[in-house]
Amino acid sequence: MDSIHIILYFISSILFILGIKMLSSPLIARRGNIISFLGMIIAIITTLSYVEYEISSIIYIFSGITTGGILGLIFAKKVQMTSMPQMVAIFNGLGGLASSLIAFSEIIKVNNTISFNLISVSILMSILIGSVTFSGSITGFLKLQSLITGKPILIPLRNYFNLLILLSAIGLMIVSVLYSGNTLIFYTLLGVCLLLGILIVLPIGGADMPVVIALLNSYSGIVAAFTGFIFSNVALIISGSLIGASGLILTRIMTKAMNRSLVNVVLGGFGATATNIDSEASDKNYKSGSSDDIASLLEYSENIIIIPGYGLAVAQAQHSLKELLDVLENQQKNVLFAIHPVAGRMPGHMNVLLAEANIDYELLLDLDQVNEKFSQTDVSIVIGANDVVNPAAKLDKNSPIYGMPILEIEKSKSIVVLKRSMNPGFAGLDNNIFYNEKTLMLFGDAKDSIDSLNKSFKELN
Amino acid sequence: MNDELYLILIFIMAMLLGYELIKKIPPTLHTPLMSGTNAISGIVIIGSILVITSASSLTVNILGFISLVLSSINVFGGFTVTDRMLEMFKKPKKRDKD
Repeated sequence: MDSIHIILYFISSILFILGIKMLSSPLIARRGNIISFLGMIIAIITTLSYVEYEISSIIYIFSGITTGGILGLIFAKKVQMTSMPQMVAIFNGLGGLASSLIAFSEIIKVNNTISFNLISVSILMSILIGSVTFSGSITGFLKLQSLITGKPILIPLRNYFNLLILLSAIGLMIVSVLYSGNTLIFYTLLGVCLLLGILIVLPIGGADMPVVIALLNSYSGIVAAFTGFIFSNVALIISGSLIGASGLILTRIMTKAMNRSLVNVVLGGFGATATNIDSEASDKNYKSGSSDDIASLLEYSENIIIIPGYGLAVAQAQHSLKELLDVLENQQKNVLFAIHPVAGRMPGHMNVLLAEANIDYELLLDLDQVNEKFSQTDVSIVIGANDVVNPAAKLDKNSPIYGMPILEIEKSKSIVVLKRSMNPGFAGLDNNIFYNEKTLMLFGDAKDSIDSLNKSFKELN
Repeated sequence: MNDELYLILIFIMAMLLGYELIKKIPPTLHTPLMSGTNAISGIVIIGSILVITSASSLTVNILGFISLVLSSINVFGGFTVTDRMLEMFKKPKKRDKD
């Protein structure tokens, strides 16, 4: 590697930094993404320009990039916007596995002899974090895709068990240095780390998935940085640590939006309890209305705020919602959207779904911007959301979501809730807002409900 | 001065820089941010190339090849899907409100 290659690696890192910076505004974000891609191309070409190769390596490299590139393009073109969390989970996992395999081949190259230095430590850390990221992401994917239950899977004494496994992974790493040259140790280490990733994600419930995905995103960056230490490569170190920091910030935003600590999320089990509400719920009264009732309520309203939740995504109702928005705006109503940070299954998921339906992003307000507006709002329409509007978060000290910042819809003049049934949401909690005298419930699939609402509203006019 | 120390310092600086950068990104773009950083984490593609070009055995070649395929999926899939999303965030042409 000559100076020119180091300079080129720096240029590619600077392009990544610029590309990420341009994500600060939706208007230039797309160009930013292209700039990052350019950085990647420069990094790849730089690498190919200084390594020495035989014919066989050219074949491996060419066919590898082509195969991966085509597979990646197919995934990227086919994936539905509602499935973005699954796609990001899978991609995190692939990144983790790739780093793990790189570390493994480095071990084979040095005949399993490692010692206590930066390269060896980085190899071991790459195996640890890479394989935890891989198996954790795949477990998260299976949960998000409902191939295994989204509910927390709780193994008795799991936290002691996980701690034991983590300690044995660290123990194996130390042993591998002390008894350098033994292949079996590395395979055992790999197995233990893969198991650890699965066991960490299994007890985490569906509502906590945004945190897990953000955290695994961070891991996939950190492991890339460790791969950089193995090869003393600045491009890998810089981009890896940028991503590591990014994932950590997103993780923090998510845990703050749920008023939980990261430790609390990782220890898991949230949403597994609190099933003792059924008896209580049956005593309380709620009003349910028809789409005609709600249409005439909207007819006489001026300021409307819509609160979309995961139910909207599941029902693929974003395009129907855009239709409702158009109908309401044609009647000169002021319509805004309130987006809670944990709406959807990953950070910013709901914004993407609404953007897909061509809803102007300037109508989407986040928690701080929107809460002061509810007191001047005639109708709040909750679509497939529950916990993010649950007043128990403010009032009930015993509630598991106590302290979580919520959208204060109870301040608006009336409330409409579109919901499948009276079943509690992901956190398994009942919600007093449904029994409020201002609240009108409309039961059914979110898409069907919005469609019938659109129909009723058009018949009125 | 030793090279390893330099690398570790670069790592720390980049972490701090990343923190400052990402803090300013609005929640609206957090999903494209995640898929975009996913694509950038495909930078381990460099590592895969270095493994293949210095491979001493078939096993290493195969491991390198698999990791190259995986990281290429990340790179090409990640940037494409991010582009798909960001395209949707263009300003709607006209709004007849107010």
